[in-house]
Amino acid sequence: MALRKIEQRKKRLSFWILLTISVFWVMPVIWVISTSFKTEMEAVSGGLNLIPRDFTLASYRFIFTDQNNNIFRYIRNSFIAAGSHTALYLLVASLAAYGYGIMQFKGRDRIFWLLLSTMMIPAVMNLIPLYSIMIRFAWLNRLTALIVPGLGGVFGIFLLRQFNLTIPKDLVESAKIDGASHVGIYWRIILPLTKPALIVVGLFSFMGNWNDYLWPLIVINDDAVRTLPVGLAIMQGNYTIYYSRLMAATVVSIIPVLALFMASQRFFIKGITMTGIKQ
Amino acid sequence: MRLNLKASNVSTTPSAIRSLPKRLEPALFILPHLIIFSVFFIFPFFYGLVISLYDWHHFFPEQRTFIGLDNYRRILFETDHIFYEYFWRGLRNTLTFVVLSVPPLVVFPLLIASLINTEPRGYKVFRAVFYLPSLFSIATLVLIWRWVLNTNLGVLNLTLAQLGIGTNIAWLSSQPFAWLSLVMMTIWWTIGGNMIIFTAALKDVPDMLYESADIDGANLFQKFFRITLPSIRNQLVYIFIMTTLASFNVFGQPQLATGGGPQQTTTVLMMYIRNIAFGGGRPRPGIATAMAVCMGLLMILISIAQTRIIKRMGD
Repeated sequence: MALRKIEQRKKRLSFWILLTISVFWVMPVIWVISTSFKTEMEAVSGGLNLIPRDFTLASYRFIFTDQNNNIFRYIRNSFIAAGSHTALYLLVASLAAYGYGIMQFKGRDRIFWLLLSTMMIPAVMNLIPLYSIMIRFAWLNRLTALIVPGLGGVFGIFLLRQFNLTIPKDLVESAKIDGASHVGIYWRIILPLTKPALIVVGLFSFMGNWNDYLWPLIVINDDAVRTLPVGLAIMQGNYTIYYSRLMAATVVSIIPVLALFMASQRFFIKGITMTGIKQ
Repeated sequence: MRLNLKASNVSTTPSAIRSLPKRLEPALFILPHLIIFSVFFIFPFFYGLVISLYDWHHFFPEQRTFIGLDNYRRILFETDHIFYEYFWRGLRNTLTFVVLSVPPLVVFPLLIASLINTEPRGYKVFRAVFYLPSLFSIATLVLIWRWVLNTNLGVLNLTLAQLGIGTNIAWLSSQPFAWLSLVMMTIWWTIGGNMIIFTAALKDVPDMLYESADIDGANLFQKFFRITLPSIRNQLVYIFIMTTLASFNVFGQPQLATGGGPQQTTTVLMMYIRNIAFGGGRPRPGIATAMAVCMGLLMILISIAQTRIIKRMGD
């Protein structure tokens, strides 16, 4: 009985501490949203009010109609780049994970651990040589430069392989006995069974690609193929003193990832948990 | 079943003919990745070592000249060279950020995870709130924080003024506030992932351990250091190393929020590497690559050292 009481008190205390920190946590975002609905006048008036005095959609209207504002083109480019990258990576990685996790061949595990050990190499060492390769391939200022190089990533294969190892061997064996080929087993048995892991890997490669900043900054100069993070950073320079418009653009940039997160929150949590217990 | 197997064996072609394509079958699955991996991960690694030995030009191969270890000598030892100054200043700034940011980035999410682990009312909402900023791109992050930290109009200074503390602090253009701001926004941005890993780890600590500690009359701190920490050691090591590496790679926050200022005190090594390799004037990719190689080696050494130290501490 006493123990339960202590438990209850602990929960209540945790609740209030978490609530307090949470308020600070959401404050920046609330402040941004609030500013985006204010007039430019009110935004620079120095008021602390979160509810706008003159509620207005003017900044959003401006963002949507301004001829010089390319935010929607940036968003479209980001969608194309991140979407194609994710689709291709899921294909390449799930094939490889099938090879390293389900098939049996000589040197299988040695190759795989060799692959994994290359994850120790910091990405910064590859930055400039990779740029040279992009020049050679004539991929500068093309979305291909954002889509293809990352397909060599190892981490997604690692996650999918771990998942593959948990699939009962009998399942694969009996399919083989029934005359199924490896391609058939991969397509009809393994892919459907590993769907949760595929969603996790897909989410992370999509988000990683969508939010990438340094690499697109280096390989894309042409505004027509620019993606959102670099485009937003440039808008920050163009709209300097128009805080309300700038914040409206910020809100618009948040919406796609927010929608993705809401639709798949449990997969995010599952995925991060999977990465954490890799040791 | 066994009977079936035999039957199918009989009906197949001689094994010598069958086995060749069978043995090549794994290649069908692993080669697509291996090829891309070699072209975009392995080849660049060695190519980078080559570039660092040249006075390199991006677009004019005929102007590339082999200069041996000169690039390394310049950045590491030639004290009067401008690139020596850039390298060491950048490294010092990067290390400053690592030292300032890693402890809170490990401790703070552990604290929040401990609170969430008691599963109070609405803990799932709290978890989502703390994870939320991790979804934003660096550009979004900086747009938000530049507005919050704006000297005259930002919510932080306005609130401080209302409370009567501090007057118009220049958060992004004076020290030590610039570092404080960069660390603050990084904490806000990235604790979500670490928090979720910690939450999962804490959940797996058997309740029995705590119960027997209660019987022995252990207090909260004893329980934390004697039971909780040892039980989540693997995840702790993982987070410690990954967070350190991530902080080494810091680029976007200072690039976009402080512009490397004031007086280049927050210009981190990644910014120098990028500017030297791709900036205006005459880019010097050879020098920048030598810097990147040194930085990469240092990162590898540090993560090995961290693993060693923590392993020894556990024994």
